[in-house]
Parts: sequence; structure tokens; C-alpha cells
Amino acid sequence: MVGIPALFELVLVWLPALLSVGLSFTNARLDISQPGGVHFVGTSNYRFIAQSYPPFVPAIEHNVIWLLFLTFIATPLGLLIAVLLDFNLRGSWIYQSVFFIPVMLSLALVGIIWQLMYSSDSGLINSVLGTAGKPGAIDWFGNSQINLWAALVATSWKHVGYIMILYLAGLKGVDPTLKEAAAIDGASAVQTFFRVVFPAMRPINIIVVVITVIEALRAFDIVYIINRGTNGLELVSALVVQNLVGEGTNIGVGAALATVLLIVSLVPITIYLGRTFRKEMR
Amino acid sequence: MSNAVATKTRNADKVNANGSRIISSRTRVFSYVFLTITAVLWIIPLLWTLYTSLRPEADTNKYGYLSTGGAFNFANFSQAWTQGLFAHYFVNSAIITIPAVIITLFLASMVAFAVSRYTWKFNITLLILFTAGNLLPAQILAAPLFQMYKHFPLPLSISDSGSLLNTYYGVIIANVAFQVGFCTFVLSNYMKALPAELGEAARVDGAGVFRQYWQIIMPLSRPALAALATLEFIWIYNDFFWALLFIQSGDRLPITTGINNLNGVFAQNYNLIAAGAIMTAVPTLVIYLVLQKQFVAGLTLGSSKG
Repeated sequence: MVGIPALFELVLVWLPALLSVGLSFTNARLDISQPGGVHFVGTSNYRFIAQSYPPFVPAIEHNVIWLLFLTFIATPLGLLIAVLLDFNLRGSWIYQSVFFIPVMLSLALVGIIWQLMYSSDSGLINSVLGTAGKPGAIDWFGNSQINLWAALVATSWKHVGYIMILYLAGLKGVDPTLKEAAAIDGASAVQTFFRVVFPAMRPINIIVVVITVIEALRAFDIVYIINRGTNGLELVSALVVQNLVGEGTNIGVGAALATVLLIVSLVPITIYLGRTFRKEMR
Repeated sequence: MSNAVATKTRNADKVNANGSRIISSRTRVFSYVFLTITAVLWIIPLLWTLYTSLRPEADTNKYGYLSTGGAFNFANFSQAWTQGLFAHYFVNSAIITIPAVIITLFLASMVAFAVSRYTWKFNITLLILFTAGNLLPAQILAAPLFQMYKHFPLPLSISDSGSLLNTYYGVIIANVAFQVGFCTFVLSNYMKALPAELGEAARVDGAGVFRQYWQIIMPLSRPALAALATLEFIWIYNDFFWALLFIQSGDRLPITTGINNLNGVFAQNYNLIAAGAIMTAVPTLVIYLVLQKQFVAGLTLGSSKG
């Protein structure tokens, strides 16, 4: 009963994750059965990405910016919207639906939709600015100085709604007598929120932090659909794929990048699971 | 004195039936203004896409995209449908998504049943492996999984590549393996909450393990299964990466990966691209309208236990 699913998980998730680490120390290029065989080459793939692979450092920087933007802008915005919607204003279901819809769409589709907003010759933003199709038009997705921020706005369009849904459920779960007690003690609405309600949502807060970090590490679809993760949109995940398809295929280098991503990902995953399963371990 | 204070507090901070405080009028005005501005900004990309999709390219070229002149019709939709392989893409999405959701829930429910209803030495280890696996970025698995697929021989009668590459099976298997962890986590929490006496009573009546699973626990888990089915349908339908990695023939791509080709096929005709985007969104929007509660339940079930 457990055997088949466990085999699935081990062979198709954990074995490949370990094999990525293994391959990163080899000279595998196009295929593991390449002429001449696959040999152990020590850390040379890692030295290559650190020293002579120009997109690597920008990719790390972009992943960090991605994380900071989601953490300090998109996630708090989702929380604020949830708090305001939780006041049960008249018509709040309309607002809720509007923020909800992008959550249902794939990030690939989000990229396509925002391309229609950002395009330099026919996009809405350049049309409103009066620069569409003119030399002064801003190429939001094409200009490497700004396209990371344009992509982050598009990503947040979905992320904010996701966070809103989680916090709406969290807020409903907070014991109303806590709020009453705080109010009777003379706390203002803002004080009540930060000192009573927010701490009471600790389980949801942890989930939201984990989701935000994981989303920042997983970001891939939207940059791949814009320009395959080049020219200002380099992300570690996109570099992995660039090294696995097409002309420049180099499995060893792709696996080394994947290993970097694996090690970074295991930090939040370990902390989260440690917390979740701590009680049951005892 | 104390009575007067109590009355005052009660008036200022009435709590309504839902437990939310009745807020001051200043907060109310701020909330309405803030939510209205944000909501308008939020809906613009979708309305703009819909608006652009309804106008012929010749008219938007003539009057500009930000204009009201010219005709409005569904010509872009029929052209995108015939030119853009949309019929193929939708069928492929169904071929991949429906079996993947069913297999995922079936496998996950068996593991969840075993770890939640029986005490067993490796319970927690197993649950951690499943949950952690779902949190990894998919790109980490890409290189080895591609090689494993490529060197996994299949008879040509079921796969024209002679391997798992470029097949629906390959994409389905990858989706199942990646999603089964989350479902196991959610379902095991749900099943743990079912009373233990159920199992004991069934054992007294002589029901075997499989009957307990299929005839007692599974029917009782129906709410969680329905929520997860909705959520997983959306997630797998929205998956971009596995088909991108494993499928080489354009006519076998599911819709979410297929839209990657729209720019090329439609030669920067934004009106056709907009029509394609709307068609791609339709299945998820239908689910949103019909099964919104299930979708939210699925998302929040996963986060109810921290």
C-alpha cells in the first residue's frame, strides 16, 4: 500500500535530486552515455560557474531581489488586503473575487497577459503615456535595467491574491474574544492587530513565509516565457534549464547550478519541517 | 464609575455577529478607497486583454490600441483556434491533467491512510520525505530525470521515441511524483482527525486493511479529496515546466506550455495573442466560478496545521 507511492517518490524525486549532486562532479555534457564515458572531474564545474560563467552572479542577485520584493512588498500587501476585507464591508466579495482571479492563472499566462500591458508598440502603459510605437517608448520586458522589476510586478499580481486567501482563512480562525478583550483594555485597532491578532496567526505566518521563500527560489515560468531568463532576467532555475537544452547543453554545469539551488532550498524546507514534525518526533 | 466606562467601551467596540469589530468611519472610508483603487488596478490587465482580443488587428493599427474605434467581434478567437493548434493543446491538457489528478489522489490517499491510521516505525520519515519532495524547485530534478526518461526503453508501439521522452506518460508521471507529497501531507492530517474507534469497529467486524481504506476512510475523507482534486486540477493544468522539458513535438504540448509558442506563431499580432490568452484562462475561470469554495478549502487545508 505504501510501497508503490514511496517508490514513485524516491525514484522520481529524491533519486534525481541526489543524481544532480553526483552529476555536478562529472564532465557529462550532452548525455550520460557520451563517447569516452563520464568521468569524475572534482569541483571544476563549481569553479567554472563561480569564476567564468557571467550570468551566475546576476542570477543569484536576482533571486535575492525576488525574495526581498515578495517578502517586503507583495506579501504585506496581501496581508493588508485580507485585513481590510475581514472588516466585512458591504460588497467585499466583489473585491475578493478581483484579487482571487489571477491566483487561478498559470505564471506563464500571467507573463503573456502582462506582455500586452508592457509592450512598447501596443501595450496599455505605453499607450496611456502616449509613447506607444514611438522612439520614447519604454520596453518594460526588453530593457535589462527595468525588466526584473516589471516581471516582479507581474508575479506579484498573482502572489498578492494567494497570500490574501491564506490570511483571510487565518483571520477567520482567530478567536474573536481575543479582539474583544484587547478592545476592552483600550487597545486601538492597529494595536490590536499587531499585538494580538498577528501573533495569534503564527501557524499561518510560518506557512506564508515558507511559501514566499519557496516561490522566490522556484520562480521560472514567467522569466522563461519573457526571454528564457536572459538579458536582465537571469535566475538560477533558468540557468539550470539553459544548460540542459539546445546548443550550449552541458549537464555537468547544469547539475552544479541545480545543486546550488538544492542546498539553498533545503534551508527553509528543513526549518519548516523541523517545526511541523517536532511534536511527533518525540 | 466602572459601570460608565464599561458602557462606553461597549458602545465604541461593538462586535458583530461574525466576530469582526464594527470599525470607525475613518477606517471604513480608508478601506473602501484603498480596496477600490487596488481592485481597479488589479482588474485592468484582464479587461485590457479581453478588450484587445475582441478587436481586429487592422482596426487597432488604424486607431491605436487605446481607442474605441472599429469593429468588435470574435474573429481573433476563431483565427487563433485554427491557426494556433488550440484544439490539440486543450485535448493534450485533458489527457495529461485528468489521469494525473486521479493517480495523485489515489497514491497519496494510500500513504496517508497507512501513516495516519497505523503506528509504524518509519511513519514520520516517510511523511517528511513526501512533504519535502513537494517543496523542491522542479529544476533541481531536471537533468537526471531527463536522462532517466531518455534511457528508459519503451516499445515503439506505445512510444514513438522508444523512451519516455516526448510522451504523455512521461509528463503525467512527473506531475504525479511532484504533487503526491502535498496531497499526502494534507490527507494524512485529515485522516488523523477521524476517530480511531472507526478502525477498531471495522476490525471487530472482520474488515481487512484494504476494505477499511476503501469503504470507511475514503468515503469519510470526501471533503478533503474534493478540495484537493480541484486544487490539483488547477496546478497540473497550470504546469509549464514538465511538458517544456520532456515534450519535443509541438502538437503534443498541453495548453500552458503551448502558449510559449504564441508569440512565434502569431508573429507579434497582439490581438491574436490576447484571444489565445483568454481561451487559455477559460477552463480555470470556469472552475473558479463553480468550485471556488473547494479551491480555497484545498489551499487552506494545507496550511491549517503549522
